[in-house]
Amino acid sequence: MPSSAAQADPIPANPIPTDRRLALHRTMQTIRATETTLSRLFADGEIPGFIHLSVGQEAVAAGVVGALGPRDSFATTHRGHGHVLARGVRLDLFFKEIMGRAGGICGGRGGSMHVADLSLGVLGANGIVGAGLPLATGSALAHQTRRTGGVAVAFFGDGAMAEGALHECLNMAALWKLPMVFVCENNGWSEFSPTSTQFAATLDKLGAAFGVPHRRVDGNDVAAVAETAAEVVEAARSGGPRILECLTTRWHGHFEGDPQRYRNADEVAGLSQNDPLRRSAEALLAAGIEESALAALVDSVDAEIRDALEAARADALPDVDAAFRDVYTPTTLTAGA
Amino acid sequence: MPKPLRYVNAVAQALNDAMAADPAVMLMGEDVAAAGGPFKATRGLLDAHGPERVRDTPISEASLVGAAVGAALTGMKPVVEIMFMDFVTLAMDAVVNQAAKARFMFGGQCSVPMVLRTPHGGGLNAGPQHSQCLEAWFAHIPGLRVVCPATVADAYSLLRAAIEAPDPVVVVENKALYALQGDIDVNAPREVGKARIDRAGRDATIVTYGATLYAARAAADRLATEGIEAEIVDLRWIQPWDEEAVFASVAKTHRVVIAHEAVQAFGVGAEIAARIAADAFDDLDAPVLRVGAPFMPIAFAKTLEAAYLPDADRIVAAVKSTLA
Ligand SMILES: Cc1ncc(C[n+]2csc(CCOP(=O)(O)OP(=O)(O)O)c2C)c(N)n1
Repeated sequence: MPSSAAQADPIPANPIPTDRRLALHRTMQTIRATETTLSRLFADGEIPGFIHLSVGQEAVAAGVVGALGPRDSFATTHRGHGHVLARGVRLDLFFKEIMGRAGGICGGRGGSMHVADLSLGVLGANGIVGAGLPLATGSALAHQTRRTGGVAVAFFGDGAMAEGALHECLNMAALWKLPMVFVCENNGWSEFSPTSTQFAATLDKLGAAFGVPHRRVDGNDVAAVAETAAEVVEAARSGGPRILECLTTRWHGHFEGDPQRYRNADEVAGLSQNDPLRRSAEALLAAGIEESALAALVDSVDAEIRDALEAARADALPDVDAAFRDVYTPTTLTAGA
Repeated sequence: MPKPLRYVNAVAQALNDAMAADPAVMLMGEDVAAAGGPFKATRGLLDAHGPERVRDTPISEASLVGAAVGAALTGMKPVVEIMFMDFVTLAMDAVVNQAAKARFMFGGQCSVPMVLRTPHGGGLNAGPQHSQCLEAWFAHIPGLRVVCPATVADAYSLLRAAIEAPDPVVVVENKALYALQGDIDVNAPREVGKARIDRAGRDATIVTYGATLYAARAAADRLATEGIEAEIVDLRWIQPWDEEAVFASVAKTHRVVIAHEAVQAFGVGAEIAARIAADAFDDLDAPVLRVGAPFMPIAFAKTLEAAYLPDADRIVAAVKSTLA
């Protein structure tokens, strides 16, 4: 539970159509199955470095990214797999990147904490807490100046509320009425510390200080996130910055392999009680979707992941010479007027 | 004959011409718009290009430089001004971890075509937090370019080159040079990484950049009265620096002094000296010497600042000792 004990705003009334719900469910299933696979690969030593999984937080990624249009852009965090997957990055390129292979989306240079796909407006995951906030602010500034009609989203964790970047960017975005949404994934934890020990204010109050409207949703309810995000993104497109705070749950440790000694046994046992996927499946069944259809969806996602993983395992390791050439853009600049 | 410009006006002209040439170029910084910049380097640009492209920002160095990176990743070519180089400390994440790394860590998907302009240097008695020369920090970071124009002509053409460069460039101006007068050539080649032989000579090479060029010229004049002909290489670019030009000069004179205003220890001169020692050792007739600031913060009082800044006396002495 988010330690702020914050209550979500009432769930918006408009029920979303079943086919849309099904698409959101599929996105969440893809994120869940991908990250569960990554967790296993990490334990088996197939993934170098460290990875931060968003298992339990899938509804935020599916709901928010699903509300974005093709012109929109976003910057994400160290826990950004879900956002990038929801944006539709190619699964094989994603797996190759996380496994440090040459054919990865970033050529194996970035890894889990730096997955980016500029062709999809993904300005990158970030290894620096809060650093995506200015990037998204600048991206929103470019949308505004170039009149692209795009909105930029900054994903950030509740831990980043304590970073000056959030305060500076809220101010700048509000001053300039930027088409921007600040999306906080509030899972109650900043690494190994409850956020209540880290941040003296609350995000609604911080938003109010800068005149930036704030909405708080149950981030484990994908329909609530999707509907609210759609409203907030459209409001930001013409009306300036908005904050969307999603209350959600981090099931795993801060990183894979984290034994979570800082969490008590009751909390750990209860983490999966508020499973966004189970809730979404129940809603779909209630809406008349057959159980067999959901099972088939799971199977087809699993098959995609198997193929992607196979391709990643077969891929070569990156070549040092090629990496060296991308420190700078190859160019000779001798232009006169 | 064109009317001589001040260095600071050459900067403004370069910004103006770059903005006229490319609608993606925009300016961001504290007081750069209506106020025309704390040193007036952006005067007139708000009127010429409007408030969307010439933007006053809040006093939020970290986020405004980060925003420039995000804008660069979304199709703009931002030129940000940091009022004093000392304040880049607040923006180091944006420069070092974001701007410098994006191209590499995203597998060459993008580059970050932005410029960070900032003045360094003493001479105005601005004290320990408004005078530092921190260019070596940036030259140390793979992915960044660093340029330091010493003349009015270079203030124009090197800034144009920096704006045209596809990667992030830190353009280091020197506050003490802003009033300098000279001519610009808007058609001069806009090259990255090319040094300039400021004065030819056969007896010793003085490698320098930025305002120390003028101390080197004074030193060379004095040495000439004693029959010693010093060659001055104005590096202009610190990352990448022009090894070819420096090594060619060393091959000619066989003696080298590297002079800069930044603290000598762990500085730009240390890198160049080490490279000469490693790759041009056979051309040397004497150890490579450095002239830089002492290892202390720059102080406010006139006497203290004067003692701190490398001057012609110290360069003359160093050149003579390479000849001894
Ligand atoms: C500037 C910076 N400080 C510290 C860290 C180490 N660190 C990585 S994630 C993290 C906690 C972030 O918490 P939160 O923003 O709530 O995100 P969550 O991990 O809960 O998704 C910390 C302290 C970092 N990467 N960057």
